[in-house]
Amino acid sequence: MQDYAKYLRIEKFPLIFCPGCGDGIVLKAILRAIDRLGLERDEICMVSGIGCSSRTTGYVDVNTLHTTHGRALTFATGVKMVRPDLTVIVVTGDGDATAIGGNHFIHAARRNIDLTVILYNNWIYGMTGGQVSPATPTGRFASTAPYGSIEPNFDIAALAAGAGASFVARETVAKPLLMDRLIEKAILKKGFSLVEVMTPCPTAYGRRNKAGDGVDMVHYLQEHAVPKARADLMTPEQRQDAIVTGILVDRDLPEYTQQYARLVETLRQPGGSPA
Amino acid sequence: MKTVVEPPVQVMSGNEACARGALAAGLTFYAGYPITPSSEIAEELSRILPKTGGVVIQMEDEIAAMGAVIGASLAGARAMTATSGPGFSLKQENIGFACMAEVPCVVVNVQRGGPSTGLPTMPAQGDVMQARWGTHGDHPIIALAPNSVAETFELTVRAFNLAETFRVPVILLLDEIVGHVEEKVRLPESVEIVHRKGPDAPPAKFRPYRHTEDGVPPMAAFGRGGYRFHVTGLAHDETGFPTNNPEEIDRLNRRLNGKVEKHRDRIVEVVREQLEDAEVVVFAYGSVSRAAHQAVREVRQKGLKAGLLRPRTLWPFPDREVYELRGHARTIIVPEMNLGQMAHEVEWALRGACPVVSLCQVNGQALKPSLIREAIEQAAGR
Repeated sequence: MQDYAKYLRIEKFPLIFCPGCGDGIVLKAILRAIDRLGLERDEICMVSGIGCSSRTTGYVDVNTLHTTHGRALTFATGVKMVRPDLTVIVVTGDGDATAIGGNHFIHAARRNIDLTVILYNNWIYGMTGGQVSPATPTGRFASTAPYGSIEPNFDIAALAAGAGASFVARETVAKPLLMDRLIEKAILKKGFSLVEVMTPCPTAYGRRNKAGDGVDMVHYLQEHAVPKARADLMTPEQRQDAIVTGILVDRDLPEYTQQYARLVETLRQPGGSPA
Repeated sequence: MKTVVEPPVQVMSGNEACARGALAAGLTFYAGYPITPSSEIAEELSRILPKTGGVVIQMEDEIAAMGAVIGASLAGARAMTATSGPGFSLKQENIGFACMAEVPCVVVNVQRGGPSTGLPTMPAQGDVMQARWGTHGDHPIIALAPNSVAETFELTVRAFNLAETFRVPVILLLDEIVGHVEEKVRLPESVEIVHRKGPDAPPAKFRPYRHTEDGVPPMAAFGRGGYRFHVTGLAHDETGFPTNNPEEIDRLNRRLNGKVEKHRDRIVEVVREQLEDAEVVVFAYGSVSRAAHQAVREVRQKGLKAGLLRPRTLWPFPDREVYELRGHARTIIVPEMNLGQMAHEVEWALRGACPVVSLCQVNGQALKPSLIREAIEQAAGR
């Protein structure tokens, strides 16, 4: 039985998350992962953007940085470049990371900078009352899509992979113990590591889309989650509503802080540079 | 191996002097994005910083550069970014974050013609009001305006020291002329480096936003010395955590905004030239002050009693220094490469004590001494 209590700012409880929200499950998965890895609180810097997911930083007893909407990856890049020895974890959401933060998302992935990104995907902008996000499935309702979204939605994992991330995984809150294993692997992986976690928002998304309460929405995730190995054997029609889970990408690519350190080292050699 | 010794006197551009000044001031992190006419700063630092073991990175956009600078500063670096008008507009939200979270950093704006894309390669002074109020909400800011290459070196160093002393972003306002002109600089052997106030209590008792006597909270760095703390752009109390309490919110707002005002005498710097008996005073800054200096010299040779009040600090505005002029000055002329942004401040500071002539040039050209000379002569009644 893990005791991860030391990582919590328990005096800040109760959490602001709604009843039925999956964000508490994700928080606990993160704590189990860092506890199992035996990481010291002082060695971790957690950076978040704006949204329900991003309030997580207030509850974790590490170095925490709650930034501007969409920009967590940029602040995290600054921290990591100055202190590459710190474990930098970025907590963000579907809107924060792929709408306003889209540019920073693809470039941090392109650089393959050693950040662990936990992206809470609840298909909506929950904190601000339920506006449509780039992850809201086509046809679903939101406060700014009262007739159903007419936009296609992102495959966020594919976006990260296409941009150059070296580790991309997806899980749902229906499988918290698999989730923390993935987070653990993501932290250990040197490079841009994304774990997209599907988490229900019964208050904003659920009500408008008649998806039921938190439990109903977790059941939905459970029923639609398909591990990658099985999904690979499915036809496109079968894969239609599937949420493909597990490790989707795991490759070895040059990591940014290491490339930079190598450059600095080269310049230190006598005759090391023409500039 | 041959050691290269830098000659003490060199010719360089203002942008280059800015880069060198930053390095002399202990710059360890630069994040930027290309934009004319500031790019030389990034180019110079891309060459030099990796050799010093510092970090230089070209981010994907201006907003990212500002975010990275703030993250770096919180991790303990002395950090800077440079831009021009359009990039300065993009950076405003994050500049506001740095104000709210009290993160020391330097933001260079090499001003060009605006608004919008404007005149990428031509000078203007149109961002001086934006430097004060570009980001939303009541916030403190310091802005400096060098008028020469040598002064750019000096004020870049000063910008860092002020940022670290007051835990505030410092805007260094150049314009395309100051940034690109090449002049002689005598590089100092060493410069004074002021460090941010370190923690004043052990980690368990440390309050990262303590309402101190001087208004500036002690600062720890992420991952150093066992200090773990929360930084947020939300209104917060002394612990750094968000608050909805009206008293705490009021206290934060007043301390934040008061901390620069409180120390304005240490921050504000002006240069006075021939003011003692001046009847017509020119108030000018940046590259325009070079033309003003020339104009004042010329009219003095003809016996006209003119003088120059040149602010090196634009914000906080040198209101007291301007107000002092009311005793003897009969007219204040404010030549600017904008439509009177500082002239308004000068008028306000004088409280109607004497007339202000706002001399505006907004055609992308350098403002010439002859224009100022004619204005002085007209004001003097000749």
